[in-house]
Amino acid sequence: MTTPVLDVRGLAYAYPDGHQALFGVDLHVHRGERVALLGPNGAGKTTLVLHLNGILTAGAGSVHVSGLPVARENLLEIRRRVGVVFQDPDDQLFMPSVRDDVAFGPANLGLRGAALEQRVVDALDRVGMVDFIDRPPHHLSFGQRRRVAVATVLAMEPEVLVLDEPSSNLDPASRRELADILRSLDVTVLMVTHDLPYAYELCPRSVVLSDGVVVADGSTRDVLTDDALMAAHRLELPFGFDPRTIPAP
Amino acid sequence: MGAGHGHQLHFHGHSPVHRMPAHLKLLSLLSFIVLVVATPREQYWAFVVYALLLAGVVAISGVPAGYLLRRMVVEVPFVVFAALMPFVATGPRVQVGPFTVSEAGLLAAWGLLAKGTLGVLASLTLGATTEPRDLLLGLERLRLPHQLVQIMGFMMRYLEVVTDELRRMRIARESRGFTATSVRAWPALGSTAGALFIRSYERGERIHLAMLSRGYNGRLPVTHQAAATPAQWAQAGILPALALATAVLAVAL
Ligand SMILES: Nc1ncnc2c1ncn2[C@@H]1O[C@H](COP(=O)(O)OP(=O)(O)OP(=O)(O)O)[C@@H](O)[C@H]1O
Ligand SMILES: [Mg+2]
Repeated sequence: MTTPVLDVRGLAYAYPDGHQALFGVDLHVHRGERVALLGPNGAGKTTLVLHLNGILTAGAGSVHVSGLPVARENLLEIRRRVGVVFQDPDDQLFMPSVRDDVAFGPANLGLRGAALEQRVVDALDRVGMVDFIDRPPHHLSFGQRRRVAVATVLAMEPEVLVLDEPSSNLDPASRRELADILRSLDVTVLMVTHDLPYAYELCPRSVVLSDGVVVADGSTRDVLTDDALMAAHRLELPFGFDPRTIPAP
Repeated sequence: MGAGHGHQLHFHGHSPVHRMPAHLKLLSLLSFIVLVVATPREQYWAFVVYALLLAGVVAISGVPAGYLLRRMVVEVPFVVFAALMPFVATGPRVQVGPFTVSEAGLLAAWGLLAKGTLGVLASLTLGATTEPRDLLLGLERLRLPHQLVQIMGFMMRYLEVVTDELRRMRIARESRGFTATSVRAWPALGSTAGALFIRSYERGERIHLAMLSRGYNGRLPVTHQAAATPAQWAQAGILPALALATAVLAVAL
């Protein structure tokens, strides 16, 4: 088999205050896959995400991205390969204009001048936000900011896009638009979400993290229809949503 | 770009003043203010000349005078202070209408008012003709310490986020029947301030993570080369040159 894009083995981590958040996580994601990372509040999903691009350093175990170990000397390359979109776009968009913000990542990778501008325009084009290039981020709607946040990461041409709760706080139309964008992208996606219909719609595969361990890994349909598993890990389908009656997209 | 989305100070336009690189405008403003401040306040005519020069710049920029005048309210505290000076200062007295006031105080008040007004008006003109982002780039080109420019950039970006957070906290307080009417309300206001501090601090940490995730290594990348042409240097020099001539005359006479 080819080298997985994300290769997490026996990952354990305790926060400095002593709270152990991850207890030996194993996860492999291959090129072109779209995987949902599910789990109740406090399961350790965000903690896991922060290991994927080396913000947090594994207490035990290892993380490799396309074969490259996540280690101090590789950090810049790791951060180019793994694009993380955080939950609150106000945290992600910190520059005074959309253009500057999208340019921030590629500029850190050394791009300048016309090549940089091209990257910025391309990335904004992929999320349908080119017309907003000169606007300050705080004058955009929440959904628009979320899209720009995705663009800031796409501009680094990552091998894998990691999204922490991408559909939270979006109205139904923005939520669908974001789904269309994610589906149109030709990148590997790992998506942390509590929005189970969204996971079903977008991700053929789901991984369930609970109390710092992976408790299920399989097709999203199988995971969502396993009532015992769902109940054991505080996962609940929204009222009226039954994956059994909906054909897999 | 429409006018609606700039900052409150900015007045959208395409005049030569708007198009001039921000660092030149900053230099021009700085030298103008220094010259105004250095001019002896007894030379009343010099301040009239300065005001006319400034009016010329405003006219070229196409920013309506009313737009600038409305924003001059920031100067009110100084005006009040200046108005008090003739009454509290000591020394020989002169009769002005129904009042007997200190002569030295009157002169000091005039100096403060004239120099202050010119400075405020000049700064407002800069603000009205320059996008905040360009202003930051201008400061950076003028070799202001990198960290300082970064801090100002973040302040600009997050001012509205923090104000909004404050507004939401106030609404949450008032929805639970709180009104700040007496000293007894202060503890509640204090804890609001504390909560705001913690929230802002935590947001700062999250932003830092987001920056690291995109390869931040302690320096914001410099991506803009807003180089100035010799013609623009010459244009930017007109105001300071005329002001310099005025100042020299005023000191010499
Ligand atoms: N900075 C921190 N210091 C100490 N403990 C933390 C810290 N951040 C998170 N934790 C703890 O680690 C555990 C996992 O947190 P994490 O944020 O990864 O959960 P999550 O799965 O992302 O939850 P949610 O769905 O609510 O976002 C939680 O018990 C949490 O309290
Ligand atoms: Mg989380």
